[in-house]
Amino acid sequence: MIMKRWYAVRGPEWDVIISSRVRLARNFSDIPFPSRMSREQGEQVVQRSKDAILNSNTVLSREFEYIPMSSLSVVERQAMVEQHLISPAMVQNVNSRGLLINKDQNISIMINEEDHIRLQCLFTGLQLDEAYDLANKVDNVLEERIEYAYHEQYGYLTSCPTNVGTGMRASVMVHLPAVVMLGYANNLLSAVSKMGIAVRGLYGEGTEARGNMFQISNQVTLGLSEEETIENLKGIVRQLVEQERMARKKLISENRSRLEDRFCRAYGILANARIMSSEEFMKLFSDVRLGINMGILKEELLEIINELMIITQPANIMKQFGQNLGPEERDIKRAELIREKLKTI
Amino acid sequence: MLCQKCQQRLANVHVTRIINNEKIEMHLCEKCARENENIMYNNMYNNPFDFTSPFSINNFISAFLGSKTGHEAKFRNNTNVSFCRVCGTTYDQFARSGQLGCANCYNVFQNELEPVFKRIHGNTYHRGKMPHRTGGEIKAKREINRLKSLLDEAIKKEEYEKAAKLRDQINDLKAYLEGRG
Repeated sequence: MIMKRWYAVRGPEWDVIISSRVRLARNFSDIPFPSRMSREQGEQVVQRSKDAILNSNTVLSREFEYIPMSSLSVVERQAMVEQHLISPAMVQNVNSRGLLINKDQNISIMINEEDHIRLQCLFTGLQLDEAYDLANKVDNVLEERIEYAYHEQYGYLTSCPTNVGTGMRASVMVHLPAVVMLGYANNLLSAVSKMGIAVRGLYGEGTEARGNMFQISNQVTLGLSEEETIENLKGIVRQLVEQERMARKKLISENRSRLEDRFCRAYGILANARIMSSEEFMKLFSDVRLGINMGILKEELLEIINELMIITQPANIMKQFGQNLGPEERDIKRAELIREKLKTI
Repeated sequence: MLCQKCQQRLANVHVTRIINNEKIEMHLCEKCARENENIMYNNMYNNPFDFTSPFSINNFISAFLGSKTGHEAKFRNNTNVSFCRVCGTTYDQFARSGQLGCANCYNVFQNELEPVFKRIHGNTYHRGKMPHRTGGEIKAKREINRLKSLLDEAIKKEEYEKAAKLRDQINDLKAYLEGRG
């Protein structure tokens, strides 16, 4: 049986936290990094990585499959980016690149991205420890057959000096609509970014990201252990969660009817619209999600709206309804899909 | 108008993009525009799961390296040590891209890297996980260094009994390392 995808499951602190992710960067000791390796060396990395997982004496060997990037169309690759299984860099160049992925799709290992191995574990809600534990275990399995590039002083060696040391990037996706509505986002997030923590408005447009979602991640990888890094990040994320909850209380006590109107309208538009751009969807998504969190909209909506967040992305729409769809046709299909899904409750 | 990228063919594709509230116009020929398409494809979608940064950290690293490489770069050319013998990455390539080519680059460019590490991480020593494979060896080496400094201290204080114990411990660890080959 296939487990429900991460986004369709409620995790700890689900009212504010969408997902937690831990990524480890690793390289082979005897092969130059991907930007400097030959095609043959690239193939070697693929073969040896596949071997380390698929022929390991662990349960992983049965749960994983290998997908060469060259076997997928551009739309299929882009859809995987939207599902957050691969990075955008994997779409552009497919040579000697591939993905080892488990059935539950919460562990993915990109081969020959910026580093030979990029192992990531993705969990719903705030589950950084769980994500690290799992990543660490898979890393140990890989390490049984692969000798990593490791330096006594600098730790795990990576293509970019920003990842050297632990090679770990831990990140949490937070949904901060109330903080944004009250105009606190800039101050709050710039304070956070002074603490060795990177904040990305998900669209690179400063802080007011579409969907009011932000990605919070560690910047430092050298000098702190993995556990310390995760503790730091958790501390900061917890504060953000508190701030958002306080902002929500303030909003609801001051403007209940306005908020009720706003959330119910958002739901109404999603349930009835005939053309829906992905920009408009993300705005309404944020309102509906907040409406659920504030107890104004039905809680059963959450799993559906979370799923829609992924499956209404452009390439996912194209994958489901035809790879040649233009933007306008996509908007029509998107509206259709949303109406269908919302009908089920 | 000539294509901004190749400067050879006529620009007949005009692209306007808004990035960080800044309007960026590109005038490209058809060929370059097509090559750009993949990149454009990604930017076209505003993907909420796009975990890549809108600006490249490599620019920052190379700017930092570049700021102090004027005379150093010349000096390095004379001494001819400025490239990695394993992967062929030159100091210039490293400074421009901010990327290293292989594990050995970390030894070759160590002097340039340490200030970069301090800037980015505030630290130059790894304190996390070690691979099991090499872990035992590294731990033993670290322990030998620690014991050696205790030994020096003990000798200074004329605590010979303690010093003898430490010396034995050091010898045991050295034997262990040799045994591992």
